[in-house]
Amino acid sequence: MTGKVIKYDIENIDTDVIIPGPYLKIHDHKELGKHSMEGLDPDFSSKVNKGDFMVTGKNFGCGSSREHAPIALHESGIQAILAPSFARIFYRNAVDGGYLLPIEIEQDIVKKIQDRDELEINLNENKIFNKTQKEEYLIKPFPELISKIVSAGGLINFKIEEQN
Amino acid sequence: MGMNITEKILAKASNRTKVSPDDVVIANIDKVMIHDVSGPGVIKVFELWENKGIKLEKLYDPEKVWISEDHFVPASDKVSANNISLLSKWSKKFNVKKHYKYGLGQYGICHTLSHEEGLILPGELYVGGDSHTNTSGAMGALAVGLGHTDIAYVLMNGKIWFKIPETILFKLSGKKPDYIMAKDIILKIIGEIGTDGANYKAMQFSGDVIEKMTMEERLTLTNMTTEAGAKNGIIEPDNTTYEYLKSRTNEKYIPVYSDVDAEYSEIYSYEIGDLEPIVAKPFSPKNISVARELQGIELDKAYIGSCTGAKLEDLRNAAKIMKGKKVKIRTEVLPAAQSIFLKAMKEGLVNVFLEAGAIVGPPTCGACCGAHMGVLAKDEVCISTTNRNFPGRMGHVESKTYLASPLVVASSAINGKITDPRDVD
Repeated sequence: MTGKVIKYDIENIDTDVIIPGPYLKIHDHKELGKHSMEGLDPDFSSKVNKGDFMVTGKNFGCGSSREHAPIALHESGIQAILAPSFARIFYRNAVDGGYLLPIEIEQDIVKKIQDRDELEINLNENKIFNKTQKEEYLIKPFPELISKIVSAGGLINFKIEEQN
Repeated sequence: MGMNITEKILAKASNRTKVSPDDVVIANIDKVMIHDVSGPGVIKVFELWENKGIKLEKLYDPEKVWISEDHFVPASDKVSANNISLLSKWSKKFNVKKHYKYGLGQYGICHTLSHEEGLILPGELYVGGDSHTNTSGAMGALAVGLGHTDIAYVLMNGKIWFKIPETILFKLSGKKPDYIMAKDIILKIIGEIGTDGANYKAMQFSGDVIEKMTMEERLTLTNMTTEAGAKNGIIEPDNTTYEYLKSRTNEKYIPVYSDVDAEYSEIYSYEIGDLEPIVAKPFSPKNISVARELQGIELDKAYIGSCTGAKLEDLRNAAKIMKGKKVKIRTEVLPAAQSIFLKAMKEGLVNVFLEAGAIVGPPTCGACCGAHMGVLAKDEVCISTTNRNFPGRMGHVESKTYLASPLVVASSAINGKITDPRDVD
């Protein structure tokens, strides 16, 4: 998995800025993508490219349970978000819906990675290679169950009965 | 070691004798809620699944499912009207009887109906398609908010995965000062632990303050555990809970209590005897000050509404301040459910608000989430009984919202600026 970085060095980015309240009534995924991150950066959808990684501060996605948030980010092209921590419902929605990967990294790695750096993420080895800066970083491995859901591409393809 | 109430409910729901933090379990769900935002989102998930060959033939148990119309009601435009219409067709098709429709008897904000109608009971595992589902934890239930995919999965299969959370115990003691409400207590706690202070964790409240606290006030505490990132907020059931439920439901339930030797990841003790009215400044619920430090800040609007701040006692407290006075800024009062609106009418509270010059509107999430019915313009400043004040939460991204108790909001409404209720003549 390779892609370029779009970086917002801000903590506690909440669902109200990821996809503002008035768009909650919209359920067309493509339409939601057009308004992704509108509350923080109105130019976001013109800056982001398909396959980009977002690098950001702790507690990303705090606030509401709106699944519109990971849907909008996915539709705008983001394939993974790298942050020190995620709000719990955002994390679940991202994984169970199969929209994008919430990847936990240490705070000092957030500082090292720069906007538009090119990264290669290896989930089997839990490593990131920064092709621009020629550096390697560790990522916090997914818990076993999350890893299985991620591999299945979301909850729909995941046989929950087999887990008990 | 024993288990706390959150662990015991999850152990029971997953047919285990013992669970510990970080265990992952598959738990059976007692109740499920969707509303006019999450409902159409869930229906969309079913459409996508059907395209992949997985069709929803029937719900796992229509009796356990209930639906609320609250965010964009009365239908604010064509899109929201279509969503509500879609939800009505869906509930009919899948035989969901408990669909609370606006303009058709009892309806209101989902987290208010859940207690007003006695829908969520002690010991139950309840999931809702809304982040403030945490509210119902005040009933001694484990109440957790989920997104569309997870709710769709539950509606189809009746179960879902959970990681057992660590639990933080908040022991609240002391004599509650006059003019202090549960809202001040929870803002104080969020101010100290932050918006991710309880991320992935359970927040359990206990102590003599809780024992004396009314059901509606307890609901304000658990409601805003969401703002600390908590998976759930919970209060062990007691006589206050059982008395509250008596007139609301005949459904049987089995209460669950923490073991005496239960474990907690952290224990915080709060003495509330000296607590002063608190206000959370823009743009985060953790950004707190005592109200008096902010006195004189000019306001454009006061909003008394939402699942957090428009229950009957919230309205009674606001009316106590506003009685015989006039508001100096636009003031909106939106009772959180039809039943509460009716009780407020009978008690004369609605008269107090109208005579003060406020507008009294129908139950709706409305402007709390910037949806409709009084959203804020650029640069407008609002004081509100709601739960969030992130940028753009209640309207324009450059508007500002201060969060406070109904007493502080009502006091500020009649002064036109932020006012401590103790300073009202």
